[in-house]
Amino acid sequence: MPTPDSLRLYGVELDSRLLLGTARYPSPAILTEAVKASGAQLVTVSLRREAAGERAGQGFWSLIRDLGVRVLPNTAACHSVKEAVTTAHMAREVFGTPWVKLEVIGEDDTLQPDVFALVEAARILAREGFEVFPYTTEDLICAERLLEAGCRVLMPWGSPIGSGRGLNNLFGLKALRARFPEVPMLIDAGIGVPSHAAQSLELGFDAVLINTAVSQAVDPVRMAGAFARAVAAGREAYLAGPMEPRDMAVPSTPVIGTAFLG
Amino acid sequence: MRATVIGAGVAGLACAVELAERGLAVELLERTQRLGSGCCSWYAGGMLAPWCELESAEPLIAELGAESLSWWREKFPGTVLGGSLVVAHGRDRGELKHFARRTERYEWLDGQAIAALEPDLAGRFERALYFREEGHLDPRAALAALAQRLKTLGGRIRYGAATAPDRETHGADSIIDCTGLAARQVLTDLRGVKGEMLVVRLPDLSLSRPVRVLHPRVPVYIVPRGDGHFMIGATMIESDQATRISARSMLELLGAAYALHPSFGEAEIVEIGTGVRPAFPDNLPRLCRRADTLYVNGLYRHGFLAAPALARRAADLLLTGREAPEVMH
Repeated sequence: MPTPDSLRLYGVELDSRLLLGTARYPSPAILTEAVKASGAQLVTVSLRREAAGERAGQGFWSLIRDLGVRVLPNTAACHSVKEAVTTAHMAREVFGTPWVKLEVIGEDDTLQPDVFALVEAARILAREGFEVFPYTTEDLICAERLLEAGCRVLMPWGSPIGSGRGLNNLFGLKALRARFPEVPMLIDAGIGVPSHAAQSLELGFDAVLINTAVSQAVDPVRMAGAFARAVAAGREAYLAGPMEPRDMAVPSTPVIGTAFLG
Repeated sequence: MRATVIGAGVAGLACAVELAERGLAVELLERTQRLGSGCCSWYAGGMLAPWCELESAEPLIAELGAESLSWWREKFPGTVLGGSLVVAHGRDRGELKHFARRTERYEWLDGQAIAALEPDLAGRFERALYFREEGHLDPRAALAALAQRLKTLGGRIRYGAATAPDRETHGADSIIDCTGLAARQVLTDLRGVKGEMLVVRLPDLSLSRPVRVLHPRVPVYIVPRGDGHFMIGATMIESDQATRISARSMLELLGAAYALHPSFGEAEIVEIGTGVRPAFPDNLPRLCRRADTLYVNGLYRHGFLAAPALARRAADLLLTGREAPEVMH
């Protein structure tokens, strides 16, 4: 029997290492089914993209609340410190949680984080009592600054949001993982297929956040299930201790002692 | 037999006409003073695109939509069956493949074929999807035509009528409520999905059919309305308040039009509209019986596409008792 292996984020224990984004599903009903199939216990919600104001999207918010899972509001589509901080405040009002996934977008084509503004916004929000999940790159120094600013979780990207390209910079991500072994790290953005998710867990990342890869699949519910199994397999593999790759073949059956049939 | 239909949006008008054609004495109650501005149908694109919609909708929408196409052709002479075109800009080309994977009844066009269909788009796109069997109409003209048809059939429309809570349905044998989001107190799982649209005037450009411009974040469609007018729509925002358009939405709508053809930069903005679409959690329309009333609701972004097919099912149910399990809840 494997020992219980829960994920701890800001003091909250979660059994599932798959986080699901809630944007762009064909319908809320399919979103609900996908969340169930994924086993996710934490979903992200974009306040800005889904509704114009905190009171406006009540129908959708109540659907999200009815999912019965923990909500991690995000600041998607925010381009400045001020926007991100304001959106975080709004999220706290709507969902009554100090958790916020902090995104400050630097550039519209790649949607990559503006890490300078990110650190600044993280510092402000952490000081105000928020528990910040920053969407960042694999940059080590930036990670260090985010931790100094008060973040206790990091969400490095795999590749640009929605690109489905998987883990773009393996070296950088491994270096980041090795540099801060105690910090929970969730791979956010760029996961395209379940094998990418499994790979993230195998490398020792603590969880993955998926949105487009599920919501835009032809059958989102089925894909959510596929991701759930990939994440579980990746985590098990990590705990089991994967072998190291070698340059030469190593026979799996010992050759010493086999008959010599010249 | 007498029937009272409540709400003069596309669902209400389609039901009223369908029932009147089957010989009922129909009265249509509308809470506002005139046709249109009180309902989200007024701001619709008017695309009759059952197979394009499969991109994000369930197969039921294509079924209902295919049925509605012939209904519109029969009832509204302004229905244009010119197909619809789906394009994507260079680096979003992957979106076109994605769209094709989820839809049906299209053909791939190359640049030459695009130019043959839409000469003003010549040289702008290398590939497009063409849904030959689809159509479009001008929603406002279509609503007016249905209202006229209802009168011709002996039906009556009462504007400024009390529709809730003391609705004026005295003595009706059947009550059909098509009030969209206003029925929320009874249909509690309805929610609003806000849409924003623009109408622009650009006499220099001519399009013969709706064009969808795919983009990973902001898909936009442009529907020719004749006389140099184009409807540009429509955003999808989880919100039940028809507040005014946001700057971001306006930028995105205009940006997509400008990217389709730079001459949209010179277009005159004629109208900015917002409406709130009523939707159930599965984004599919329903007929629901509650007490003495049949509700036709949740048409979401498929008002013109689904209303006729729903009206037929509502009429079948009221007149023959035949149920339509695919839309009944």
